[in-house]
Amino acid sequence: MTAVLFDVPGPRARARYRLAAVAGGLIVVAVLAFVLIRFAQSGLFTAEQWDWITYERIQLTLLYGLLATLRAFAVGAVLALTFGALFATARLSDHAWIRNPAVAIVEFFRAVPLLILMFLLYFGMGISAFWAVVLGLMLYNGSVLAEIFRAGILSVPRGQSEAAYGLGMRKTQVMTAVLLPQALTAMLPTVISQLVVLLKDTALGFIIQYEELLFVGRQLGSQLQLDAPIIPVAIVIAIIYIAMCMLLSLLATRAERWSRSRGRTSAQVAHADVTDVEAGAGQAKV
Amino acid sequence: MNVLLENLDLYGSAFLETIRLFVIAAIGSLVLGTLLAAMRVSPVPVLRWFGAAYVNIFRNTPATLVLFFFAFAYPRLEILDLSFFSRAATALILYTAAFVCEVVRSGINTVPVGQAEASRALGFTFSLTLSQIILPQAIRSVVPPLSSVEIALLKNTTIASGFSVFQAGGIYQTLNEQGYSTFIGLLWVALGFLILVTPLVLLQRRLEKRWSVAR
Repeated sequence: MTAVLFDVPGPRARARYRLAAVAGGLIVVAVLAFVLIRFAQSGLFTAEQWDWITYERIQLTLLYGLLATLRAFAVGAVLALTFGALFATARLSDHAWIRNPAVAIVEFFRAVPLLILMFLLYFGMGISAFWAVVLGLMLYNGSVLAEIFRAGILSVPRGQSEAAYGLGMRKTQVMTAVLLPQALTAMLPTVISQLVVLLKDTALGFIIQYEELLFVGRQLGSQLQLDAPIIPVAIVIAIIYIAMCMLLSLLATRAERWSRSRGRTSAQVAHADVTDVEAGAGQAKV
Repeated sequence: MNVLLENLDLYGSAFLETIRLFVIAAIGSLVLGTLLAAMRVSPVPVLRWFGAAYVNIFRNTPATLVLFFFAFAYPRLEILDLSFFSRAATALILYTAAFVCEVVRSGINTVPVGQAEASRALGFTFSLTLSQIILPQAIRSVVPPLSSVEIALLKNTTIASGFSVFQAGGIYQTLNEQGYSTFIGLLWVALGFLILVTPLVLLQRRLEKRWSVAR
């Protein structure tokens, strides 16, 4: 599409594009230069501001923060996937007394901000910071995953399950042998994208004093004997997060290519408005 | 119930702050996001690269970290002395714009190629094609995901309470100091967000029906 938006440029258009490129480039460079100059004036490029990175104890502290982030991510991801699978099954149940409560629970946890959930668990119920973060991640992302799983199962054409029933399979068999394998292949990229969201959401733990990467960074950044290097620390932490999330996103792209090339699923997933949006908006359709 | 009734003005002013932050950040992110999407499909490579870099950086950074930067690191830069509220709004605009950009761009891809070809055949320039033909259709087709992004923004405003912006997310502190139950107080906050989010979802469904492009 994007290549159709404009013609192959002729000499005059090329000159105009060059002008736009120079003007746009200058604006971008000017903004970056302004920020860099401000950084420099605040002492970002002095040795004192970067001293801390050479201390082994501080490297270890950052590493512990990173491990705490990854621990919350790992436990939260496993719990959220389980929660999502359970509630997707419940929402597809034939029994209204299972289906309706499941709908209510999923809708509630998707509409309430994750931070408020964590506050409820931490301040309201006195659960430890780690479990408040993990359970919050489970309830929120689990609810989103439940919707993703459900959408995946519903996206398998009806003919598939009708044919399976026609062969005399029972509901459990139809689900496990026909629908789930196709739905999972189609949904894998979206599920991984949701895990990127979950990874980013662990940073909320900072606000309820869970000692993860950002929390450790805040402490390092305010230490006066290190010259309070809050900006360098924030930059390093940002690089760590971006690297981790990009690795996961890369996995999602790989999974998408794999599920497309495998070509064994008849499930149709609206990639444009599922993967792209929810990959980070952090939230699914409410 | 007591917690809510005895602190109605507290809840009222906090939720008003939330709504104010949301409206400002929503408008800002829609404008900046559309601009970034235009850059990402423009014929000028420098602008395309900048748009791509922007989106990749902000999409892979936690919103908390962006707010963290504006709360603690930004004052060191001594650029402009902004209030906590404006800094929170700026952070939320910068963060959400990346998602708006991706949604609008995916919308641009759903407009049939013939539309762009026809407008080129009529001699429209890139900016005319984009602003008169493509974007009006693209934005209508992405109403549902776009509202999801803005609903996410509404929920993300609570993060600002972790950085001294007084709004709905921060009510529990005041209640706690006065000896009220934090749990009940927070349940009312959760309910408040349900009440804020539901009309947006209904609006989203109505717009989706009304604005859907017949193809």
